[in-house]
Amino acid sequence: MSGRILALFLAFVVLVTLPHWMNGIYYVNVASQILFYAVFALGLNVLAGYGGLVSLGHAGLFGVTAYATGYMLQLGFGHPAAILIALLVGLASMAIYAALSLRSTGIGFIMITLALGEILWGLAYRWISLTGGDNGLSVKTRPEPFGFSLSDANTFYYATLVVFLLSLAAMTIFVRSPLGAALMGTRDQPRRMNALGYHVWAIRFYACLFSGLLTSVSAILFVYYTQFISPQTLALTSSAEVLLMVISGGAGTLLGPIVGAALVVVVKTVVSGFIERWNFLLGAIFVAIVILMPEGLVPGSVRLWRLAWRKRTRGTTVVTGGAGAKP
Amino acid sequence: MSRKLTRRQVMAGTAAGVAAAAFKFPTPAIAQAKPFKLGLLTIKTGPLAQGGIQMEQGIVTFLKEKNYTFAGRKVEFISADCGGTPAGTKTKAQELIERDNVDTIVGPLAAFELLAITDYIRDHKTPCLSLAAAEDMTQRRPNPYFLRASATSSQAMHPMADFAAKELKLKRMITISEDFAFGYEQMGGFQQTFEDNGGKILKKLWPPIVTPDYTPYLAQISDCDGVCQGFAGSNPLRFLKQYAAAGLKFPVVTGETGGDDALLRSFGDDALGLYSCCPYTLDLNSASNKRFVAAMNKDYGVDPGFYCAGLYVNGMVIEAGLQKTGGKSDDKAALMAAMKSVSLADTPRGPIKFDHLGNVIGDFYVRHLEKANGKLINKTVKTYHNVSQFWTYDEKKFLQQPVYSRDYPPLKS
Amino acid sequence: MTFWLVLTVNSITFGGLLFLLSAGFSLIFGLMRIPNLTHGSLFMLGAYIGASFVIGVFGVRLNFWLAAVLATLAVALLGALAERLLLRRLPGEQLAQVLVTLGLSFMAADFCLMVWGGDPLSVETPAALTGFARLGILVFPNYRLAIIVIAIIVAMGLWLLLERTRLGAMIRAGVDDPDMARVVGIRVSQLFTIVFALGAGLAAFAGIIGGPILSVYPGLDQDMLPLALVVVILGGSGSLLGSFVGSIIVGFIYNFGQALLPELAYFVLFLPMLLVLILRPQGLFGRYVP
Repeated sequence: MSGRILALFLAFVVLVTLPHWMNGIYYVNVASQILFYAVFALGLNVLAGYGGLVSLGHAGLFGVTAYATGYMLQLGFGHPAAILIALLVGLASMAIYAALSLRSTGIGFIMITLALGEILWGLAYRWISLTGGDNGLSVKTRPEPFGFSLSDANTFYYATLVVFLLSLAAMTIFVRSPLGAALMGTRDQPRRMNALGYHVWAIRFYACLFSGLLTSVSAILFVYYTQFISPQTLALTSSAEVLLMVISGGAGTLLGPIVGAALVVVVKTVVSGFIERWNFLLGAIFVAIVILMPEGLVPGSVRLWRLAWRKRTRGTTVVTGGAGAKP
Repeated sequence: MSRKLTRRQVMAGTAAGVAAAAFKFPTPAIAQAKPFKLGLLTIKTGPLAQGGIQMEQGIVTFLKEKNYTFAGRKVEFISADCGGTPAGTKTKAQELIERDNVDTIVGPLAAFELLAITDYIRDHKTPCLSLAAAEDMTQRRPNPYFLRASATSSQAMHPMADFAAKELKLKRMITISEDFAFGYEQMGGFQQTFEDNGGKILKKLWPPIVTPDYTPYLAQISDCDGVCQGFAGSNPLRFLKQYAAAGLKFPVVTGETGGDDALLRSFGDDALGLYSCCPYTLDLNSASNKRFVAAMNKDYGVDPGFYCAGLYVNGMVIEAGLQKTGGKSDDKAALMAAMKSVSLADTPRGPIKFDHLGNVIGDFYVRHLEKANGKLINKTVKTYHNVSQFWTYDEKKFLQQPVYSRDYPPLKS
Repeated sequence: MTFWLVLTVNSITFGGLLFLLSAGFSLIFGLMRIPNLTHGSLFMLGAYIGASFVIGVFGVRLNFWLAAVLATLAVALLGALAERLLLRRLPGEQLAQVLVTLGLSFMAADFCLMVWGGDPLSVETPAALTGFARLGILVFPNYRLAIIVIAIIVAMGLWLLLERTRLGAMIRAGVDDPDMARVVGIRVSQLFTIVFALGAGLAAFAGIIGGPILSVYPGLDQDMLPLALVVVILGGSGSLLGSFVGSIIVGFIYNFGQALLPELAYFVLFLPMLLVLILRPQGLFGRYVP
């Protein structure tokens, strides 16, 4: 266990000192993107990984909060007010989204969320007076909390890092809490949970709200980063992309979505500069992950590491614990 | 095997470093100028890849012709794939400007991509030449670092409407275009000029961008004497096929994307008779166009269309601008002013110059799709000279009216 | 009057194309419970391969129907390979299935760009079916009428397969209760490969048959996949009748919805889908609640 803590501590140090050793503002910006997409993926993981509810419309919710921020700013509200209102709008939308989607589970849930995502996408295109249609909304300035201007790339990175760490902490607390345990129970044995007296629907609903909170937070970071929001962000491909981040990294694990987010963002932004057919490469990586580590990159790597470790020390150590057990 | 740095190694390394610093290689008397860095924002994956690939072909053709040298300076060309999303475009723009320090950007392809980065390129004072047709970039919200050598969405539709009313003598038309800004702006421009010339638009149809089957809209096309379409990408092919398959025979007119020369290789006979108005036409008899088309045929085996030509012309503008500044690009404002003042007589799209908002004033060609020697061609039937983004309208009045949208101009009852 | 007639006939014929598109998905989902998100890409691959032989992109020009058969067989083979090598390792693991099918669809889409470039391909209507049919005052293209005939033939063929052959009986047993089927001695995993290949082949066949109407272009996969999903939801999966009726219903909603409610054109398919899912999650004819 201490190996894990050491690894996490090292990762923390690396992240905190990143602007100092990273080679240029561009890569600091890539790191910021990885972090807020990781928050988005963490939010989806609450449902898809821990809840067994695969949502294919999460980009729609992401978009709603982003548009709310942009719209409030255009109306002349200041940043704090806009952020607060956007968070509330995001949570309210998630409540409606959850109320509609939780009528079904399994493939039905996937389909309802897909339909909702597509409807939100269509709204973004057609409700031109609100969203600007495909011309989108621009966000002219970034906030300046406590006098630090987020227009500076390094400062934005640190702000994102703080939000990311808070989100990760929130996730950890959630997963280790009774609500988290109950949620995993409803994922694995919904009927038994029901028989035991748990209100399955309510557990899932609260999980959705938590997921909505993380999604809204990441959307606000996104819209301040890109300073632009348009309907493409709500498309089915965007929802699929964040789902792929969660699954490829390891659904139902704490760190999985972060690794998945890093994978997708790095291939899309950095690798695409070297390899023209990066889309093919990304697809091939996903297929390779399914072949080699179908449970995801993080649990799969842990499993392979333990396998290699056992092979190294065969005959001298007693193997405890199952390989590939979820952290 | 652990590798520890021995004291001996450290001493040797330091000695080598000091020696290298002390004995510098002599630099040549003529200092090597920094290369001029040109960045391309394009799309090479996904549904919009068609235009993106053509954009790259166009600019590379020009660079090859000039041997990657503008005004005596070597040109370093960097191509970036935006993936067709605004976030991706912003990221790639950052990559080009902050990591690669490009001097000028060409592209991006789509209007929403350009709108995502317009504030950014202005803040970083990077000249940008794009084909994206978003009107307000050079009208109500102009960006001083933006130059457009192709056309605004409606710039080709004003002459098309003029032609439709005066030459084709059409009076009652129905418009159909995709349900997004490019469609609205094209049809708005067409409607305004068509109705100014005594015509009337009966209906405006707006199929969503993703419409596999246009029949529900084609069924509403009746009782008129012509149709104006504004489809882009690969949609014109599908539309014209289904239009012919539905038995509709009204003459069809379109703008720069609906009858693009690059689509001629995909069109079937159902596209025959289409009138299109475009800032570029394959059969333009200018020396540079002949060179351009020959090079495209040789390198890529295809005929160029509007996207290729647009980027080729952008290259010409940049080169001409650099000639004016004597090859200097450190003062971006000066480079921008130089490019804006460029006036070229011989380009693949004919003579061009820019208005004070950064949009082109040039020739627009009305073509008729015919068959010659078994091959489909767009034959130029009329040339409109010196067309600006405001057509014959007074600039102030034009800018006071709202931007062309789904409901503006409104339908006459 | 012609307006209503055109829309009605087109609803039925477009429904026919939708049936061909969704039958494969419905079959795979019904038997294997795999949401095959590669379905749109298989449709597109079939369209590209078929179009290549019709146009002669690779130097070989074939008759339309022959090209269609070749495309169908090629993609069915690809489907079988994908099932054996990839999907077989993931029984019941929905998330991994989503990952692999989406990964494959990325690869397929980029592969098509690499091979055929960004330009759209136009597929000529087969010579025998060009022209129009006159039904009273209505003039309607022959090829579209042919599509509904093809759809009916395919539907009948599938029905015969499922109801009258031993293979069909085994498939139906596998749909109803895979574990019992195994107990009785049915080689369910072999069945899975056959069914997946059949579903993939159907998608490809739909792609090339739709070619003369839709043309072939990058992005075709993303345009058609949501349509397949809507049909499967409205008609229910694992049920042939449901697929067929669902397709026709979606055809009507698509045509009349877009023509009469242009303001809602973006939502005209997804709102009914949402309503059905909320009120009756198994679809109109589905056998089980998902």
